[in-house]
Amino acid sequence: MVHALISTFHGPLPLLGVMLNPLWQWLIEPLQAGFMVKAIWVSAFVGVVCAVLSCYITLKGWSLMGDAVSHAVVPGVVVAYAMGLPFALGAFIFGFGATVIIGYVKSATRLKEDAVIGVIFTGFFAFGLVLATKIPSNVDLFHILFGNVLGISPSDIIQTLIAGIATLVIILVRRKDLLLFCFDPNHAKAIGLNTQLMYYTLLSVLALTIVTALQTAGIVLVVAMLVTPGATAYLLTDRFDHMLAISVATSVISCVVGTYFSYHLDISTGGSIVVLMTMLFTLAMVFAPKYGLLRQKIMRQVPVE
Amino acid sequence: MRSDTFGITVENISVTYSNAHLALYNASCYVQPGTITGLVGPNGGGKSTLFRTIMGFVNPNQGRIHIDGLSVKMAQKRQLMAYVPQADDVDWNFPVSVADVVMMGRYGYMNMLRIPGREDRRQVAESLERVGMVDFRHRQIGELSGGQKKRAFLARAMAQKSRVILLDEPFTGVDVKTEKRIVNLLLQLREEGHTILLSTHDLASISTFCDRTILLNRTVLAEGTTAETFTEENLSMTFGSLPLSSLNPTQVMPNQYPLSTQDQLTD
Repeated sequence: MVHALISTFHGPLPLLGVMLNPLWQWLIEPLQAGFMVKAIWVSAFVGVVCAVLSCYITLKGWSLMGDAVSHAVVPGVVVAYAMGLPFALGAFIFGFGATVIIGYVKSATRLKEDAVIGVIFTGFFAFGLVLATKIPSNVDLFHILFGNVLGISPSDIIQTLIAGIATLVIILVRRKDLLLFCFDPNHAKAIGLNTQLMYYTLLSVLALTIVTALQTAGIVLVVAMLVTPGATAYLLTDRFDHMLAISVATSVISCVVGTYFSYHLDISTGGSIVVLMTMLFTLAMVFAPKYGLLRQKIMRQVPVE
Repeated sequence: MRSDTFGITVENISVTYSNAHLALYNASCYVQPGTITGLVGPNGGGKSTLFRTIMGFVNPNQGRIHIDGLSVKMAQKRQLMAYVPQADDVDWNFPVSVADVVMMGRYGYMNMLRIPGREDRRQVAESLERVGMVDFRHRQIGELSGGQKKRAFLARAMAQKSRVILLDEPFTGVDVKTEKRIVNLLLQLREEGHTILLSTHDLASISTFCDRTILLNRTVLAEGTTAETFTEENLSMTFGSLPLSSLNPTQVMPNQYPLSTQDQLTD
């Protein structure tokens, strides 16, 4: 069937066919392996979920919190594997638990938030490392840290889907309140909304998204998928709905193309996805029509009236 | 409910922040309904803290606050209070337009999905019209001038249709023309029965349009009509010893500010 498709290029437009043939091969050939089909659509799905949340995380200024939650899930994953429970459950409990502890320590001490976050998440992470090296289980520390979407198991796919769909549904239903909470929590309170509930809602979807992305990007790089698409989009537009669309587009493109590169070049999947995302971010940073570095430079040289 | 329970009643409020800073001590005052009341005091004297306590953003260590006879929480749920924040408290780079911000004033009336209905759109359009921001409704909020920013957030408060409107330092960083325009809008809102409380450290302007004044420095030092409150003794008690000439307070009688309709809504 693949050959039939390729041969259609040879018919009316032979030259184009010759040019497209290698690209076509490059795209089609991996799809003959079942694990690659799975890896591509799972990473595309993860790309959508992360991109949607990243808009809120970027605007709320919670990037460091995302980093914290992703590291804090490690002991949860190890314990879950050791007890034969779904990894997503352990990861969510420990990730969310860490944010609750961060909130408590911040309110109970005179420390600034970044110090509290730094102390708590590294503590959780270290505890996870200790557990992973002591508890006898078949958990591969390398896969937790760096992801393993090419070797994702059916049960892991199901957990990824459940966590991802839950995230998307919660954000879809609460999107306007969450945006108001990011923009002006005082006004949210003044009109009688429960801001405490919204704080924990956003933290739970953050933890859920990290669970979603764990198998694809791994703990170390999850934060990039949670921040970079939103940050890229934020440089390109002043409208939130456009920001969402751009964020999802750059994220899905990076995830799919990154998975291809990972296959063809035999490189880390999470790594190649995040490198692509960072390249798109760099392009946006330099060439963005309004907020790009080039534009800003031109604006400075030409005084306005 | 008797009418004298309307307005804002502040009884023995003390607020201590988590760094053990005592921002307010035993403050009591009463904001009469249907008036414009100015809250005056030095920076760090607790103006913002009192505002934040009335709005329910800060919980007091002791004391009680009632808005039109209701607790702060009930007042929030019933959309009794609107708040116009200080310019410094807003993220002007946030990707929202003027119309988006004004629509946020209507969220309390919408269902959980916050899908605006016909009445919500009408109120937003009317508020934008009244503050003269219709032409700027699609602008991202950071692309506005200082005065336009204030008017956008005033429009949000108006769209909320709250009986009580609090404005935190509404005249900071705006030119004389915009200040006059905001004052005109506030006078209109008072005529419509709204209760307005605003904080400022601009003493000269307050005596021109505030019916009543509350002097605050850690606690309420004086309150009453602006004419009786603005005495040299009260002001030096509030601000320490300042020369009266720098304040220029009592030249214009309160309530005498001309409510002109010509010089609004044109830009």
